[in-house]
Amino acid sequence: MAFRDGPFENIKVPLAWTAAVVVVVGIVGAAMLLLGDSRGSQGEGYAPARAGFETGAAPVGGVLSAPVRWTGNAVDYVKGYFFAVSENRRLRAEIVELNAWRDEALALKNINGRYEQMLGVKTEPPIPMVTGLAITDARGPFARSRLLNIGAAKGARVGNPVLSEHGLVGRIMGVSAGNSRMLLLTDVASRTPVLVERTDARAMLTGDGSGSPRLDYVRGQGAVQEGDRIMTSGDGGGFPRGLPIGVAAKGVDGTWRVKLFSDRTAIDYVRVLLFQDFSQLADQNALNAPPLASLAAAPPPTPAQAAAIQDVATRRAAAAAATAERVRAANAVPPPAPVPAPVATATAPARTQATGTSRPAAARPTTAQPRPAAPPPAAATADAEPAPAGAVE
Amino acid sequence: MRRAITVRVVGPLQWIVYPALSAIAVTVLLAIPFRLFGLNLPEPVFPIVLAFAWPLIRPSMLAPAVLFGLGLFLDLFWGGALGLWPLSLLAVYGAILLASNFLAGQATIVLFALYVASTGFAFFLAYMITTLSLGNAPSILAVLGQVVPTLLLFPLADWLIQRFDDADVRFR
Repeated sequence: MAFRDGPFENIKVPLAWTAAVVVVVGIVGAAMLLLGDSRGSQGEGYAPARAGFETGAAPVGGVLSAPVRWTGNAVDYVKGYFFAVSENRRLRAEIVELNAWRDEALALKNINGRYEQMLGVKTEPPIPMVTGLAITDARGPFARSRLLNIGAAKGARVGNPVLSEHGLVGRIMGVSAGNSRMLLLTDVASRTPVLVERTDARAMLTGDGSGSPRLDYVRGQGAVQEGDRIMTSGDGGGFPRGLPIGVAAKGVDGTWRVKLFSDRTAIDYVRVLLFQDFSQLADQNALNAPPLASLAAAPPPTPAQAAAIQDVATRRAAAAAATAERVRAANAVPPPAPVPAPVATATAPARTQATGTSRPAAARPTTAQPRPAAPPPAAATADAEPAPAGAVE
Repeated sequence: MRRAITVRVVGPLQWIVYPALSAIAVTVLLAIPFRLFGLNLPEPVFPIVLAFAWPLIRPSMLAPAVLFGLGLFLDLFWGGALGLWPLSLLAVYGAILLASNFLAGQATIVLFALYVASTGFAFFLAYMITTLSLGNAPSILAVLGQVVPTLLLFPLADWLIQRFDDADVRFR
């Protein structure tokens, strides 16, 4: 029997009610999705779904952004042609200024190298990087991210810092084979440990969806001033130390904010630092080598060195044996017999009751013990430390 | 002699599927990293137009399902929290659906006021969800930077309603 021939033949559900049911089911589903998401943390979340979507969206974004990039290059070419003379003058002046900076940088580099050699400072090794393009751009208040055409195939991994030609832009938050999603410093989920270059003060750079992220947890008076350069501190190991970010400025809401260097121009070409954490900076083979492994490669000692080593070892063994003998002899002597306390037995219970404690009187042996005789004044003054000036006797 | 009359059928393809695909296309187009004189392209939430117009045109089971898909697309494409925009869009759709009997046939200015309220409601939900889930409130100025372009899309919503609202009392 067909459904329409049954007892429900004449039942008609209003269309608005069925639509409302779909709405309720959808809202419940969306709430479940939200509860299961882990955006902003390093968890997996819906990473496979996101990676699959971005694999499909990236070619579309690449095709759409290509004409814009070509147009920009063409405009730059034309501008360069028309403004060649003024550009040449500006560059000449800049070269004159930069020559002085170059000499100073070389001198400082030389001094810094000597200091590092003297102090045995272990500098950070160079970090490899790959260059790519931003394909799409999300600029809303709830999500600020970009899709890059660099993926796991080129070595990009979740957490890698991303730089433009001016400074830090963000970090990788999701990776597929050929693409990756970059979380911008301005995203509301972004947190970056930073330092103020002038005072070495630490702070947390917190994005809030606006163009200039906020400086949180700034400690101390005068730790930040207008125009201070802000860079990564390297705290926590997520970023290498010293990546330029921007300059400090007071926001309209009274909080300290950072004008990003990367905001000077459009973010199209980016570099992904293949940096993971501090463990990458250390030589893993050296860390995993067995202790004192280098002794196996040392040359054998000369006869004189061997004799000296043997002599020292014999002396140390003899000294250890003598010490052990003294300890054994000290332990063999019987302990002194306890001295009876004839006078205090009558008063001890009364004092115990007076203080209100339940400690037995025998635990207070000093009450009836005669004090030792005072040492002669000469011996006392010889052993005593000199009193500080102004001390009251 | 009887002349043949061409009857144009307006089905879900016309008033649900095509507008949804258009919203996706425009969203992808506006996500190009293009910058001119220091200004980026605006980034309005196009599906809010559909969440407002569809329940006023007529109730449908397909419309909220498509809205859910559009919200998921926004979250995946923009890299936001998954479920944020489906929830906000469906909340707007549900609210308009509940009040659709009172809103049918109203003047354009009334519809605009309602559109402003709907957009504000959707963004308020998104703002609260983001704040609660991340422990960090987005900037109000940044929110306004997306609300204003979305409000400017009202003529599109009004055109959709005028175009497809057949005033069929069966759906009232």
